[in-house]
Amino acid sequence: MKLPASPEALAAEYGPHPAYAPPGGWEGASRQSVDKLVKTHCCFCGQQCGIQLKVADNKVVGFEPWEEFPFNRGMLCPKGVRRYLQSGHPDRLLSPLVRTEQGFRPTSWDDALATTVTRLRALQEQHGKDAVAVYGGASLTTEKAYLVGKLARVALGTRHVDYNGRLCMVSAGTAYKQVFGVDRSPLPWSDIPEAQVLFIIGANIGECAPITTDHVWRCRDRGGRIIVADPRMTPITRNADLYLPLRPGTDAVLLMSMLHVILRDGLEKRAFIEAHTTGFAEVEASVKGWDPLAAARVTGVPPASIEKAAHWFAEAERAIAMHARGLEHQSKGVENCLALINMTLACGHIGRVGAGCTMITGQGNGQGGREHGQKCDQLPGQRSISDPAARQHVAKVWGIEESALPQAGLSAMEIMEAIHRGEIKGLLSICFNPLVSLPDSAYVREALEKLEFFCVIDFFLSETAQHADVVLAGSLQEEDGGVVCSAEGRVVRIATAVTPPEGARADSAILCELGRRLGQPERFAFASPREIFTELREASRGGVADYAGITYERLEAEMGIFWPCPSEGHPGTPRLFEGGRFYHADGKAHLQAVADRPSGDPVSDEFPTFLTTGRVVSQYLSGTQTRRIGPLHDQCPEPFVELHPRLAAAHGISDGDRVTVTSRRGVLELPAKVVTTIRPDTVFIPYHWPGKRSANVLTHRTLDPRSKIPEFKVSACRIARAAGEPRRLPVVSG
Amino acid sequence: MSDGLAFFVDPSRCIGCRACENACSECDTHRGTPMIHVDYIDRSRSIATTPTVCMHCEDPTCAEVCPADAIKQNVDGVVLSSLKPRCIACSNCVLACPFGVPKMMVRLEQMMKCDMCFDRTSVGKRPMCATVCPSQALSFVSRELIARERREVPVNTFQFGAQEVVTKVHMMAPAGTRAISADQGLSFDVSEHLWEEDPA
Repeated sequence: MKLPASPEALAAEYGPHPAYAPPGGWEGASRQSVDKLVKTHCCFCGQQCGIQLKVADNKVVGFEPWEEFPFNRGMLCPKGVRRYLQSGHPDRLLSPLVRTEQGFRPTSWDDALATTVTRLRALQEQHGKDAVAVYGGASLTTEKAYLVGKLARVALGTRHVDYNGRLCMVSAGTAYKQVFGVDRSPLPWSDIPEAQVLFIIGANIGECAPITTDHVWRCRDRGGRIIVADPRMTPITRNADLYLPLRPGTDAVLLMSMLHVILRDGLEKRAFIEAHTTGFAEVEASVKGWDPLAAARVTGVPPASIEKAAHWFAEAERAIAMHARGLEHQSKGVENCLALINMTLACGHIGRVGAGCTMITGQGNGQGGREHGQKCDQLPGQRSISDPAARQHVAKVWGIEESALPQAGLSAMEIMEAIHRGEIKGLLSICFNPLVSLPDSAYVREALEKLEFFCVIDFFLSETAQHADVVLAGSLQEEDGGVVCSAEGRVVRIATAVTPPEGARADSAILCELGRRLGQPERFAFASPREIFTELREASRGGVADYAGITYERLEAEMGIFWPCPSEGHPGTPRLFEGGRFYHADGKAHLQAVADRPSGDPVSDEFPTFLTTGRVVSQYLSGTQTRRIGPLHDQCPEPFVELHPRLAAAHGISDGDRVTVTSRRGVLELPAKVVTTIRPDTVFIPYHWPGKRSANVLTHRTLDPRSKIPEFKVSACRIARAAGEPRRLPVVSG
Repeated sequence: MSDGLAFFVDPSRCIGCRACENACSECDTHRGTPMIHVDYIDRSRSIATTPTVCMHCEDPTCAEVCPADAIKQNVDGVVLSSLKPRCIACSNCVLACPFGVPKMMVRLEQMMKCDMCFDRTSVGKRPMCATVCPSQALSFVSRELIARERREVPVNTFQFGAQEVVTKVHMMAPAGTRAISADQGLSFDVSEHLWEEDPA
């Protein structure tokens, strides 16, 4: 359906309005007398830094560093410092809302829940169970993520449940699962300073995982060498010993060429490869053609730099390859990760202190949110939904027949496409703002307008929620505790620091109430997150992500536990694959050869420039939260188009000029940021904003065939100075 | 003052995230206004940023030029904000500081600056900026730890033309640096790292 009111009217009522002062103001009583300091973790990003929240009068009024927590030792990025400004926020939803002809109207909880259940059931009765889909999110606690999967499969009986981690960790997860048999970082972050070489590809660590910077710098302090591969010089590049400015979408070729050099010069660890891997002969054959000169022509990285990177990485006794969305947000994201793993394992860098490869998980619970059943193809414990034994185990825990458990459904972008085709008619969504975060936002808007019923659970009215029929006023992270799993694989405890404000409800309570009203009172009888976690532990028992031995008490006493942790006496598993033993039945790593292939949106004469999108340090994901936090908003109030002076000069563009960026999907006008720190054939736009400022107006819907991740990092575009705009004197933007 | 700990600034570690500014402006003595700032050295040519914090000079220029004798050091050598009853808000200190630190708070008619979190250090906590800094470009740790763990070495002598300034806060610099005399400008251009020539 169309918006129930103009975007301006909705913005005036529901924001985003940036908040600058603590609840009650700087001078307010709550600021003067703090009732308690609550040890918990930041709600923003997969680092899951320890933080203490200052609580007064059931509001979070400030923060205090938590220096004893071992991962971050008090360190925080600006998002962590300012996160508390969501408490008492003027945009906070304090009642369920229903759509009317003149905008949204507050309604009772009973009415909102009854409408939701009636409408979803009616659609299912008329069009079949799979006519309704469920979206979850990776900022939810693991308990909530578990409920999302169970609600979809048990209460709604639909196979279509997926989550916004589909835009984040699935390429890395798929590759690691296929090679190693497990989807988790193989190493704890304490290994990073122990490496002699860090190879960082497609990871803007300084802005997207700021606390990891200190780990990288400590590696450098000990004499470690830093290699950075990225089309842009991001903040960590300032101390790189070697910078590889690869062309967007050419990661696999760069990695295959490095392996080519390693094999050509006999630097591989043959004994390790033979004892602990399968498939290496095919890998070896696949890199034969990628000598450094051939790779240079594709990647734009000089042959000498490829040779040097390969030698440094392979000759080190301990090296770590680190990657994030740059490598993974591609229609060949899985293959890129496979190429990186192939190179790492050929050098024997795994299962030892200071050696390995690791993904840098992005979202708050990006790891835990994908382990326990809101992924379209997985059941709790990182079990495959097509595995009969896994289905039996989970069906037993849930008290249902195995045959009643749906099979795998569509992934997040595919669900939106099925909505657009009219196959899926109803949607229940929590913790997901696809109108900002999915590619090709004009298409996503069309799909949302076609929904016959749409219910959103959220604490602020996101741009996507503006399209809803019913909005259920949910909870902030600090209002509904549980556990999350960090980028390291460390499960940590999220405290319930405050209760939801009057009129809003805890997300877990809303999900349970929906389950009960959908006819499953005994299967959603949970009175607290602790009861959910108790069942989750059983559902995970014996699975890959085994939480059976984890308790809330242990998490608090031990400051987190690395899974797998199969029994209460088990210490947890910070480092995987020690002794070269992997998680497949044969104990070996199953290497896979890859081949180069083009992007889904190739550059052409008409669209000759690469577009790549990403993040800035002060914003989190689609900005639903951080665009409402005044100091974070002010730090980067608008998106921009970053481009090299050589490209700018070719188009008569100066710093600060308005620039139109046109792709095969749409057009955007943004201010230019002219800097020498990006490839001259590439422009960059951060994606945290909606509407006419949304980078995803330009991006395309090509998915990786295995992980179904969209190709945010490689699109084709053309740029021009916006017509009629007077040229200003160059200003140095900050 | 926390025993045995000292303040170290290493601009080469700075990632420009502004956690320090955000954390500083949470302090109840200057709500919403940071007493530390982060600057790009030249964003058009580099991603390099640098934090500027009061260096707490042994012989503070700000105090020397103050006509109202309003700027004092405490027993630990920390240079404090101007004394409100004395400060005439003339901005001499703002203009004279070689590091560009003091700020005139027009609303308060007073110069305010970093006091190295006296409220925290006096009760055994570390200054807020150095506690949160994700890259530890700002650190408040022991000299032994810095000597043992860091690649760069601390320097606290600065040469501004003929004026030599010695400070309580240390700047980390490449080994062998005696005094820091000029901005070692960092300029990067991706195009210098590319493979563009057709070898054929």
